[in-house]
Amino acid sequence: MIEMFSHPFMIRALLVGLMISVCAALVGVSLVLRKNSMIGDGLSHTAFSAFALATVLGLTPLYFALPIVVIASFFVLRLSQNRKLHGDAAIAVLSASSLAIGTLAISLSKGVNIDLNSYLFGSILAVGWLDVVLSAILAFAIIMLYVFAYHRIFAITFDEEFAKSVGIKTGVYDAIFAAICSVVVVLGMRLLGSLLISSLIIFPTLTAMRLRKSFRGIALMAVCVSALAFVIGLVLSYLLATPTGATVVIVNLVVFVVAALVRAIKD
Amino acid sequence: MTLLSLKNLKLGYDDNVVIKDASFTLEEGDFACVVGANGSGKSTLIRGILGLIKPQAGEVKYGGDLDHTKIGYLPQESRADSNFPATVEEVVLSGCLGHMQFRPFYHRDERNHAANSLKTLGISKLKKKSFSSLSGGQKQKVLLARSLSATERLLVLDEPSNNLDYDSRKDFYKTLKKLNKEYNLTIIMITHDLDADDLIGNKVIAIDEGVVKMTTTEKYLEGYQK
Repeated sequence: MIEMFSHPFMIRALLVGLMISVCAALVGVSLVLRKNSMIGDGLSHTAFSAFALATVLGLTPLYFALPIVVIASFFVLRLSQNRKLHGDAAIAVLSASSLAIGTLAISLSKGVNIDLNSYLFGSILAVGWLDVVLSAILAFAIIMLYVFAYHRIFAITFDEEFAKSVGIKTGVYDAIFAAICSVVVVLGMRLLGSLLISSLIIFPTLTAMRLRKSFRGIALMAVCVSALAFVIGLVLSYLLATPTGATVVIVNLVVFVVAALVRAIKD
Repeated sequence: MTLLSLKNLKLGYDDNVVIKDASFTLEEGDFACVVGANGSGKSTLIRGILGLIKPQAGEVKYGGDLDHTKIGYLPQESRADSNFPATVEEVVLSGCLGHMQFRPFYHRDERNHAANSLKTLGISKLKKKSFSSLSGGQKQKVLLARSLSATERLLVLDEPSNNLDYDSRKDFYKTLKKLNKEYNLTIIMITHDLDADDLIGNKVIAIDEGVVKMTTTEKYLEGYQK
């Protein structure tokens, strides 16, 4: 156990993973309860194509992907709110197209050796010190947002129409959440992969909903579940030599199933 | 005192005009029921009154110290996800957010205010309960308590009795009448059907083909019977 954290890359993975887990859980509470979970999924695919394009063009993936995905998030948000366009279908189309563009870009770039797997499924070796700094800033920002805007976030999540009527700028909060969600996705996908990152946003909230009944309880529980599941997943993946992203997701799944059973027995 | 006056208000979404012309004034203490066929623009009208959509023409004027963030709104039931994890207290407190400007946390004033709203409706004992565990009638009362926390003057209710059974509906209407009479709250309520039993106020706001007219309930019922 102690030996595994003698590698600097493991320390980085642990730090980034913990902070991203906390952020993902907090973003997830709002997205899941507002039935907007698809946004995280759509963004993770967009992030994949942004990373692939950046590599093909010879740019630093993080610098290229971050602004692209933030912009995409505002676009996705518009789509999800547009009833005429069937928001969920539009996001599915965006996901598939992004994945296709990313894959094509990689296959067309001869001579560039890209490990497709590490984008799709993540790699703890891809995490650098810049990721640590960025995720620390992100974690700080979202925790502050939750502390100081908690009651407004609650009101918007519970009943957007009412929140608007008492003068809360719901559009501003939507944009902030979409932006934070995209940073979570971009930073998290290097560690867990674009196919798995959205589960980190969704699972903790679903688990917490089985265990707690108040909004505050769910937010706190989601953070704890998410952080714990990540640490267990990381340690297991090291000991068993399994892919980190998949292991973390499986741990989350197991925790969810256990929570669901506990709830079922209680009821 | 005139609490609300609409002058040639025109409302709609994009190029689509839903309300062509709405002009009426609402006095303090009025209880007005909004009636009209499905899709006639009842919700659009009250969203215009609440300032949730911008008028295409005309204006909405509030009287006294009222402004659009100090109206107690109760959106249609479908909006408040019935399985949402929240305690009754959390829900009712959120009604106070309009008074708080940029202050991040609730003060004792807000907590007292919310407790009073619960007391007024006789549901103080539900305070710590989980919102999702309540019956339809109780949920609607909690949401009404939230609206009470948001206002001291005007309640705007969008089909509040829609999913209530007969007894809960009767009970809910009784509560509204009490709020109107004893607390002098002005109320605008959309009623789904044209049942005379639902016209519990002194005024009726009728929407027909985008034209909005206000009459007294008596006059409206006379015309209705003919």
